[in-house]
Amino acid sequence: MVDYIELSNAQVALAAALIVINGIISVVLRLRIEKMLVLASVRTVVQLALVGLVLEWIFHVDRWYVVIAIAAVMTLVAGWTAAARSKRTFPGLRLITTVSVWASSWTLTAYVLFAVFCDLPKWYEPQYAIPLLGMVLGNALNGISVGLSTFTESLVRQRGQVETLIALGATRHEAAAEPMREAVRTGMIPIINSMMVVGLVSLPGMMTGQVISGVDPAQAVRYQIVIMFLIAGATALGTVSVVYLSMLRLFATNHRFRRELIG
Amino acid sequence: MSQLPLIAAQGISRRIAHRSLLDDVSIELVPGDRIGLLGPSGSGKSLLLRSLALLEPIDSGQILWLGRPVSHHQASEFRSQVMYVHQRAAPFEGTVQSVLCLPYLLKCNRGRTFDRDWIVRQLQSIGRGESFLSQPHEQLSGGEAQIVALLRAVQMSPRVLLLDEPTSALDSQSGQHIESIVINWLADQPDDRAMIWVSHDATQARRICNSIITMRSGQTQLEEN
Repeated sequence: MVDYIELSNAQVALAAALIVINGIISVVLRLRIEKMLVLASVRTVVQLALVGLVLEWIFHVDRWYVVIAIAAVMTLVAGWTAAARSKRTFPGLRLITTVSVWASSWTLTAYVLFAVFCDLPKWYEPQYAIPLLGMVLGNALNGISVGLSTFTESLVRQRGQVETLIALGATRHEAAAEPMREAVRTGMIPIINSMMVVGLVSLPGMMTGQVISGVDPAQAVRYQIVIMFLIAGATALGTVSVVYLSMLRLFATNHRFRRELIG
Repeated sequence: MSQLPLIAAQGISRRIAHRSLLDDVSIELVPGDRIGLLGPSGSGKSLLLRSLALLEPIDSGQILWLGRPVSHHQASEFRSQVMYVHQRAAPFEGTVQSVLCLPYLLKCNRGRTFDRDWIVRQLQSIGRGESFLSQPHEQLSGGEAQIVALLRAVQMSPRVLLLDEPTSALDSQSGQHIESIVINWLADQPDDRAMIWVSHDATQARRICNSIITMRSGQTQLEEN
């Protein structure tokens, strides 16, 4: 039931040759990014080839603990990336982003695996679990890092307002309410925007992939809808979590704003 | 010394990278005290004041409220009784009235209501009409914003005011308004209230305060009465 054209290495090479366009532009306009282009091209091929091998291996081994272990590594990398993207840092940041990525993406992926795809033969079916989690992680990571950056930035910028409220007797929840709200809103806006235009301006990668590999477009669309809501939920949960945990970290229990922690 | 101090700092110190910002400072504030805190900039006046309001971490020593350390459950109530007013008023969105109403939205003031008439009387005493209340807060001058910040604090009837150079960077007329608001607040209950006024103006401090403490490189130096 293979409805798609199997690609040979030669065919892939033909597409990869398109990098020459970037190269020519770089040379002609003296952008001096030839080295980066080569590196980026090599990384694209090598990283994806490795992922292919890993996926083949996981499908072959087909054990729940292997799926969980790979998922854990993916989650850790996402958590660390979210922390690394933050312009301002504070001690404990990486733990907070990791916990937030973990809690949000695993809860919602589990919901989809157990409730939505309830007739899967195995709950950990790697063919579903790994790609689902991967897409969720990539998107939740965005919301988390945007929310986090907005939160720390507005705390630093609005320190006067925050400390005025504290000096008037506000609790840390009250003093940080507006920065928290702003951060969660900013973290959630990208996914809401992409929900607004999906199908009109953008055709999501997963859906096009399924269509190319011969899946009935109506089914591909259903999958995509599931994914969009999964991503939206995980992004919301992850953003709220990272902002709230950061608030607990950045304010003492006596509600003092611990500005000295933010670097 | 017979009276229980409203607040007392006992041997508080603060260091940053081996530099001593506060060095074993002790200070007591009993009802009726009007302490003027003088000293060159960088001597630790503001830091001491912020530490008393629990807005700064301290490395050693303790701060007592009515003889006891402030537990984190009491911190909100403590700050609403021992109110710190920033040197520069932070701008808020909304009208002057909405900014004056901010404290009433807080949990620690649940059940209390905004007394608009009292505010209007205060404004009239410094030559401002009722229309001042509907001005956008962000467009106020520095002096006007400082007056609003002080009224916002005083309307809550705190027992202690911690004022961090409230009149520096203000024109002399706004400075006089600030002084008269503080003096009226004290006159309401002179035996029960107390304040610390940080200033770099010794004349002003001697005029308003009944004792003077001078700070130099993180230490309180001399006390005059």
